[in-house]
Amino acid sequence: MENDIIELDVQKELVSAYGRMVLSIQISISAGELVVLFGESGAGKTTLLRMIAGLTTPDNGTIKVGDEVWFSSARGINMPPQKRNIGFVFQDYALFPNMSVYNNVAYGQKDRDKIFIDELLQNFGLTEFANRKPEKLSGGQKQRVALARALARKPKFMLLDEPLSALDAGIRTSLQNEILKAHSISNTTTLLVSHDLAEVFRLAQKVMLIQDGKIKGFGRPDDIFINNQISGKVQITGTIVKIETQDTFYLLTVVTGMNQIIKVTAFESDIAELTEGDRVMVFSKAFNPLVMKL
Amino acid sequence: MPSPFIQTLILTGKLAIYTTSILLVIGLPLSYFMAYARFRFKPVLEALVSMPLVLPPSVIGYYILVAYSPNFWFGKLLSEWFDVQLAFTFEGILLASVVFSIPFMVQPLTNGLRAVPVNLREASYTLGKSKTTTFFRVLIPNIKPSLITAIALTFAHCIGEFGIILMVGGNMPGETRVASIAIYDEVQALNFDAANQYALTLFLTSFVILTLIYTVNRKSDAWKMI
Repeated sequence: MENDIIELDVQKELVSAYGRMVLSIQISISAGELVVLFGESGAGKTTLLRMIAGLTTPDNGTIKVGDEVWFSSARGINMPPQKRNIGFVFQDYALFPNMSVYNNVAYGQKDRDKIFIDELLQNFGLTEFANRKPEKLSGGQKQRVALARALARKPKFMLLDEPLSALDAGIRTSLQNEILKAHSISNTTTLLVSHDLAEVFRLAQKVMLIQDGKIKGFGRPDDIFINNQISGKVQITGTIVKIETQDTFYLLTVVTGMNQIIKVTAFESDIAELTEGDRVMVFSKAFNPLVMKL
Repeated sequence: MPSPFIQTLILTGKLAIYTTSILLVIGLPLSYFMAYARFRFKPVLEALVSMPLVLPPSVIGYYILVAYSPNFWFGKLLSEWFDVQLAFTFEGILLASVVFSIPFMVQPLTNGLRAVPVNLREASYTLGKSKTTTFFRVLIPNIKPSLITAIALTFAHCIGEFGIILMVGGNMPGETRVASIAIYDEVQALNFDAANQYALTLFLTSFVILTLIYTVNRKSDAWKMI
């Protein structure tokens, strides 16, 4: 287990809504880590995850896990997803509608391990829903089933493709805890795709920043997002929803990950590279923020 | 010895059951292939499978009859190696009926399979399950309405088949004389009572089967499947 370092060196040409792009990733990931792949949509995060899972074939390169070669274009090796011993969690759950919660979780096990299944159901608060069909569950419950199902075969890797993006903020927080719990119980190397910065800070031991198909940074979230950029005292990330022109300056409306609305002023030089929908960091260096107990 | 009426109905039912069973075995893998495989000549295969829907039965019946003849390699092979003559026999109309009913089995199944979200298959693969296991445990259970539609449509269509049976099988009591042929025959002989007996039986059977299909598909989009 300790030697199961993932070594990735893959290239694939992607044609997306944003045009042609070459995804080119070289990195090794140590065993047991929880790595969040962060970047804008279309940056290639999901494709990278699918290549590790064997659901998408790279054009070139190698994927090695410990001593095992999962993919090698040079040697003509492409291990099918069935043999890769992974747990994959899809954004839209992908539960089997014809099976009960229990049977969904048990599906991936080669030899039925009832004790482990019961333990998983218990851990994810699913025991009382064991006999229900997925259609009778809420989004959060469905994703819990998907997590339990992926863990049931004790995979070497957990690959989670934006598992929480379809859920409300409240449920998202509680599921982030479940993911952390799942990771600490199994100590499985976990790769999670996200485009939510708050999520990165909650979950990631390491973050892999992906932009236009390339790795732009790999390390602790603090190092990647904060120390390298500014030494601010107050930092909030959010999305610009409105840019208004005042007399000599601009007024930006920014919605944060916690659905807080912030109004910020900006000058013409700042506004040049900003448009509505951009993700921005609102920070302040020059004063000490005040704290009030809520 | 049962009455000719019962004998004809039994023969009709036997033909429909055999055809449907054979087509289920052929149709499942063929539909899987048509739904998911990507290859250059796929439209050609799709067109071939759908041909019986647009061609007059007499055209297909004619070609099948030609194929059965000892002058053609297929007929020659059968008669020389197996001593089998297919023209004007039950086996002959069974094979013709299988060929002619392919689209009624394959089209609903293919549409059903295509409608299953791709990530259900992928989820199953990532859980270590083979394509075969995925097919039987994930795909088939999730296309039940399509499966029932395909079986019932094929069955109903076989019961009502006329032209191709007449071409390939003729009108031999107990061998190739199915209900639809019998109606034609009785009308020719001016036996309208007997014709009516057959006609009503066919009418009711088809009505019951179609009602069953639409009941099963009430929740899903039945028109799309057929």
